[in-house]
Amino acid sequence: MKRKELGNEYTTALIAVGLGLLAGALLMLVTGNNPILGFIYLFSGGLMNIERIGNTLATATPLIFTGLSVAFAFKTGLFNIGGAGQMLIGGLCATVVGLTFAWPKPLLLPVVILAAALGGALWGLVPGLLKAKFNVHEVVCAIMMNWIAYWSVYYIIPGYFKGPYLETESRRISAAASLKVEWLTKLFNGSYINLGFFLALAVVIIIAYILDRTTLGYELKAVGFNRYASEYAGIKAERNIILSMVIAGACAGLGGASFYVGYASNMQIGVLPSQGFDGMAVSLLGANSPWGVFLAAIFFGILHSGKGFMNAMTHVPPEIADTIIATIIYFSATSVLIEKYRARIRKRRLEKGRTDLPLDTGAGLDETVGGEG
Amino acid sequence: MWWSIIEQIFPYAIAYTVPLLITALGGLYSERSGVVNIGLEGLMVIGFFTSALTISQLESILPGTAIWLGLLLAAIAGALFSLLHAFASVTLNANQVISGTAINMMAGAVTVYLARHITGSGNILIVNGLIRRNIPYLVKIPVLGRLFFTQTYATTWLVLAILLISWFLLYKTPFGLRLRACGEHPQAADAAGVNVYRMRYLAVLISGACAGLGGAIILVTYAGEFNGTVAGIGFLAMAALIFGQWKPLGILGATFFFGLASTIANVSQAIPTLAKIPGILLKNFPYIVTLLVLVFFSKSTQAPRASGEPYDKGKR
Amino acid sequence: MDYVVEMLKIRKEFPGVVANDDITLQLKQGEIHALLGENGAGKSTLMSILFGLYQPDQGVIKVRGQEVNIADPNVANTLGIGMVHQHFKLVHNFTVTENIMLGMEMTKGIVIDHRAAAKKIQQLSEKYGLNVDPNAKIEDISVGMQQRVEIMKMLYRDAEVLIFDEPTSVLTPQEVNDLMEIMRNLVQEGKSIILITHKLKEIKAIAHRCTVIRRGRMIGTVEVGSTSEEKMAQMMVGREISFEVEKEDREAGAVVLKVDNLSALNNRKVMGLKDFSLEVRSGEILGLAGVDGNGQNELVEVITGLRKAESGQVMLKGTDITNLSIRERIRMGMAYIPADRHKHGLILDYSIEENMILKNYNQEPYAEKGLLNQEAIQEHTGRVMAEFDVRSGQGSIALARSLSGGNQQKAIVGREIDSDPDLLIAVQPTRGLDVGAIEYIHKRIVEQRDKGKAVLLVSLELDEILSLSDRIAVITNGELIGIVEAKETNEQEIGLMMAGVQRGETA
Repeated sequence: MKRKELGNEYTTALIAVGLGLLAGALLMLVTGNNPILGFIYLFSGGLMNIERIGNTLATATPLIFTGLSVAFAFKTGLFNIGGAGQMLIGGLCATVVGLTFAWPKPLLLPVVILAAALGGALWGLVPGLLKAKFNVHEVVCAIMMNWIAYWSVYYIIPGYFKGPYLETESRRISAAASLKVEWLTKLFNGSYINLGFFLALAVVIIIAYILDRTTLGYELKAVGFNRYASEYAGIKAERNIILSMVIAGACAGLGGASFYVGYASNMQIGVLPSQGFDGMAVSLLGANSPWGVFLAAIFFGILHSGKGFMNAMTHVPPEIADTIIATIIYFSATSVLIEKYRARIRKRRLEKGRTDLPLDTGAGLDETVGGEG
Repeated sequence: MWWSIIEQIFPYAIAYTVPLLITALGGLYSERSGVVNIGLEGLMVIGFFTSALTISQLESILPGTAIWLGLLLAAIAGALFSLLHAFASVTLNANQVISGTAINMMAGAVTVYLARHITGSGNILIVNGLIRRNIPYLVKIPVLGRLFFTQTYATTWLVLAILLISWFLLYKTPFGLRLRACGEHPQAADAAGVNVYRMRYLAVLISGACAGLGGAIILVTYAGEFNGTVAGIGFLAMAALIFGQWKPLGILGATFFFGLASTIANVSQAIPTLAKIPGILLKNFPYIVTLLVLVFFSKSTQAPRASGEPYDKGKR
Repeated sequence: MDYVVEMLKIRKEFPGVVANDDITLQLKQGEIHALLGENGAGKSTLMSILFGLYQPDQGVIKVRGQEVNIADPNVANTLGIGMVHQHFKLVHNFTVTENIMLGMEMTKGIVIDHRAAAKKIQQLSEKYGLNVDPNAKIEDISVGMQQRVEIMKMLYRDAEVLIFDEPTSVLTPQEVNDLMEIMRNLVQEGKSIILITHKLKEIKAIAHRCTVIRRGRMIGTVEVGSTSEEKMAQMMVGREISFEVEKEDREAGAVVLKVDNLSALNNRKVMGLKDFSLEVRSGEILGLAGVDGNGQNELVEVITGLRKAESGQVMLKGTDITNLSIRERIRMGMAYIPADRHKHGLILDYSIEENMILKNYNQEPYAEKGLLNQEAIQEHTGRVMAEFDVRSGQGSIALARSLSGGNQQKAIVGREIDSDPDLLIAVQPTRGLDVGAIEYIHKRIVEQRDKGKAVLLVSLELDEILSLSDRIAVITNGELIGIVEAKETNEQEIGLMMAGVQRGETA
């Protein structure tokens, strides 16, 4: 993926965002609200003061992880729709470890994080394994895993880790097990921000490095683009598919940690975390690249963080944020339309004599679009 | 004792099966034409919402008819919303999985948004659902009568009729032959003069209508209230499709299996023998079995060969 | 003159290339008219226009004197034009009857009338001498019968003009003769045929007239009877071409590849390779001839490691590699030019650089401790591209997808040869390429042999096998029929062997 193509994809992403915001505005109008006011409150709700910025970053953190999870799997040709289940299991493992051991923070926290990554990795292993060995469609498999995770949490938490007040939530973890740290929380005036954000940043850098500079990344992308050619070259496709889903699952698992022992301090049952699915939107918008995911997640963080404020000030239902996000994905998926339009403009320019814009010539004369001959 | 348990849960099992069945049937049309429709979940929600809205608004004015109107409008709404997926997948050759996921997210968001706008809480309540009836003569048949013809919903029979019609359509008519050709080898269909694009559009619309109907049936049979989600039934329908090997009768079996398993899990608390089995196992049972079945069937899969691949006329 | 179809001054452009430039083709009633051109000349495009799959940018089409606009295959069908495609358009799990009537089903009310359709097919089959089994599923019948089903599709629709697109590449020599009989029958019954091909021998055998196209332009139309093969070849390519490849005699050396009693299953879980034994020595080219689907793919896949053998051994330079991984075989000095360059040879969405290191990306100097060394990769790619004449508009960072077929193949050949293998396996190395690229690749292959490498050449083009090989092995139905010296044999003998007749027997 060289520079020219990334540039193209970012522009398309921006257009998709614009269209999504437009759709949101229309929806607000149709239901009798003032879109301009709505957007002002939406964005200021996410950015107005240091505390809100902290919340935005904290909200964005799980999205960075799940976005990375989807993007990484996508690079290797797989759809990871199992982010929600991987988050849940990751969060479960983190919570369980956090509630079971009473070690000091420098020891407990890394173990908690590791547990989350391993849990998520395990949950990603299953669809990966079934896909590699049996060619079972990873989407259906991941959806099953999501529900298995859901019900597992549903019974395990109240069964063994029940909180003192409600049937539906777990005990609170101690400060030693939490990703929140005092100085950070103080710095951001008591927001939900936690170490998860910096962990996410680190993972972004690591993933980007793996994909672009290492032989592992080379193999994974090769298998994703063309499994057959990779096998002919001696690359073990099965191993790479499995490894890819394991890494993707681990990322989502870390997302679970950042949410359940970072943002929150206990787990609620009966909810499939939406960040799992939003991860797909983040990845799409971020052109499936690690830094793109980072930026897209922050944008979504702003939206999610601000929707409560907007609702309080204008009575616009908070689901507007989800609608905007969903519309953005739709336009990202149909970005072909946007690109066709841009290609048409480019072609028109070229015909007017400008030769400095690249033209996709595709194959040469001996393999015309019509096939051989 | 066992028998009375089975008799008791059967109607519930069937009630749970039917929306699953009709949605999976819709998915069948779509995939047989070559388009993977992951958006079934969202399309069900659209139907769920539309029927709740219609019925809650009309039931005081037109009792009885309001329900059927609700079902009809739900199907139409589902079909219209599915146009988005059809447009993306067929005309633009976009990635079908992503487009379907977008549909799910949009449906979930827009319906709750509108519901909140209308009722403030995001839920829409209806007062009267469908009533359950015994079928006059058939209920007297020993064994089968008690199981299948007691306390049934009218919609169950509607859906079974649609199933039979679908079987006929798919295997006995030119339409069915051409539809299946589009899903196996669109180039062959194209060269034979079949309009692949139009076929696929039609199939996706049908799947939208069926899923919308499915969501509506949930409302009028066992939910009674719109709450923004169909709890994964749309996805389960996809699994049933694979489980049933893309055949109408296979889907009937697969969905009934899910219906029965889920019902057993749900009522287990009330039945002493079943209550002993840990809830976690009962609830996860359908999903784990599905995974096993997917693995088992993976070698001999009868998936339509061209399913999921965008059809591009230019490519040879 | 009564022309049944006229394509006058047709022009068709695709982004970046003019596929058809001012071409005129006129088909007489009752004739077999050949359309000759090398791969990429524009033949398929022209016929796709006639069949309604594309629209011409300029030019006029007349059918029986009337100007027409063929908007889609349905219109073509109504006008009586039908096409037998090179890559069959048959639904694998439908029956023969269902495939033939698709789109024009016979019905009783709203239900399909299978029996009536089968009956009509039976009648047509008898009338034209086309043997098909109406109730068999496509996936169960032979390639020859599949082709006859394709022909039936047109006759079922009362086609008068039949276009055959490269029909013989998938047939045994005997089946080719059968096909020619069928074509003569059709013409006797009043049909007119356009035959797209690049095989001069077939044109001489069956066509009346021939139109030659080169690089999208029409060169001329000739009477086949009074035109020599050399003349037609020269029109096709634009210069004198010699069919001979220059090859010195060489003494073959030690055995490099030894295949011993190898048996393997094919994709349908049936024995595709039966007790096969073969030796390839250093300094020789062993050509493997056979009709597509007779076990060559399975053999090559077992040798390269993509398929497991049921029994038998593969030895490379004396070492048993039967159970080694693909990567280990590559490290031992095996190189492989696959038949399908898009599917197996290249990763189209990778750059040329990334493709160049496909087999050794994790070795020094291209990578150290798991990290890629961009400079080394770039330098290596540049060198190979220069040496093997790989032309790319945007240099080595261009995506493989953007290269023409010939350049893609040269890149693959370059990559494989540059790895200095002891054994080079080349499968269909010149498929779909123009003559210039074909000549170049043939030269490089012979060069490897001259340098003392062992070359196993698998090809469906008998001419290629005959001109390049030192020895020729023939495979039919997974079995080795015989091995002969190239200099001591000819096409007839090989053809007979491909049909299963051993040397010394009579057919």
